[in-house]
Amino acid sequence: MDENLKIELGKQGIVVTTLQELYNWGRRSSVWPMNFGLACCAIEMIATTMARYDLARFGAEVFRPSPRQADLMIISGTVTKKMAPQVVRLYNQMAEPRYVIAMGACAISGGPFKQGYNVLKGIDRYIPVDVHIPGCPPRPEALLQAFIALQKKIDGQHLTGEDRPRFLDAEAQGEFPVPEQGEHDLVPTSNKGVWPIKIQGLGTRD
Amino acid sequence: MKTVEEIKAAIEAAVPGAGVEIVLNPGPAAQHSLRLAPESALAVATFLRDDADLALDHLSNVTGVDWPDKEIAEKVKVTRTVAKTVDGVEQQVEETVEETRKRVEPGCLEVVYHLFSVAKKHGPVVLRMRTENRSDRVELPSMTHIWRSADFQEREIFDLYGVVFKGHPDLRRLLMWDEFKDHPMRKDYVEPDDYEYEPTPHDHVLARAQEHQKKIEAAGNKE
Repeated sequence: MDENLKIELGKQGIVVTTLQELYNWGRRSSVWPMNFGLACCAIEMIATTMARYDLARFGAEVFRPSPRQADLMIISGTVTKKMAPQVVRLYNQMAEPRYVIAMGACAISGGPFKQGYNVLKGIDRYIPVDVHIPGCPPRPEALLQAFIALQKKIDGQHLTGEDRPRFLDAEAQGEFPVPEQGEHDLVPTSNKGVWPIKIQGLGTRD
Repeated sequence: MKTVEEIKAAIEAAVPGAGVEIVLNPGPAAQHSLRLAPESALAVATFLRDDADLALDHLSNVTGVDWPDKEIAEKVKVTRTVAKTVDGVEQQVEETVEETRKRVEPGCLEVVYHLFSVAKKHGPVVLRMRTENRSDRVELPSMTHIWRSADFQEREIFDLYGVVFKGHPDLRRLLMWDEFKDHPMRKDYVEPDDYEYEPTPHDHVLARAQEHQKKIEAAGNKE
């Protein structure tokens, strides 16, 4: 619909919108994160929710202590190999639509513990991640920006067609296999279809 | 506080046949330690805690050391008789030759305890214990019943080094999961090959990256 016509109608007291716009507006304005912290990044996440930075301004009104009631999982901190199965299980327990922000160097790549034996080298090996934030730990502003980036992503989604979100696609993968804790490492070391990440225009990164 | 020599004398007076050795630290810290025999370690530890002069009531730290099997090459002078032609005449001549002999010094696992006294405000007293080898005879007595703070730290050593503490109330892995089979802090631990993209590979990281790349290429050729 023509934007100018929409504005003109608005002046006359008539609101015209599409179902998609309304639907995306509703979703992006009520993304409730899960009350879930893993390491020092969680301290910054807590700071973001408090009065000074006030994440609630953007619709992340409350942190829900149950995955069933949460829309957003903020992976805030180091994911050890001992914790990784629990993180994937919590993600599986969340209801669609659900989003993931990987916060900080550890969550996106293993960070300073990358060369170690006990830290997962990025949670995106097992579950799809919507927004990655670098930093060690990222400032609350960075988390706010990631949250806004996520809202922009939700706003740009189409309800039909090829690029529709996962929860509107009956064929899309809903549950992601929980890795087993093996004798030497996690089994498998990554989930197929999630890793390696496909970056548009760059092919797969290995 | 008493010196290690005095502590050793006190232990030997109180616990007959204790078998305490002094391990000297040649560095500027000069923090000498006492190596206990595992058989009498519990009696010695009880004495150190309950003795009125020492009163070592606080165990601040327990740690492990891995001593791998060491191959030692020694040069030995050997004299043997060799047939040689001297001045056109064949003679039996004694000759001294240097030979390199290799012997393997068996390794062990060592546990180190750091003790302080809150009552007397002194410390540390460093105790050490060694296992017989690194594979099957890795048992040491647990100090948990003497100092409660040894509990989690001995579990951590059990997890990361594989020392089995006899008499420990709850000897389970502390940091790694129960199904895990390796001991990551041992020198011969091989890390899982979960190597991936590294922006600035160098030294051993570069070597690992290249090795990993070769494996991927080999797997790709098979498919």
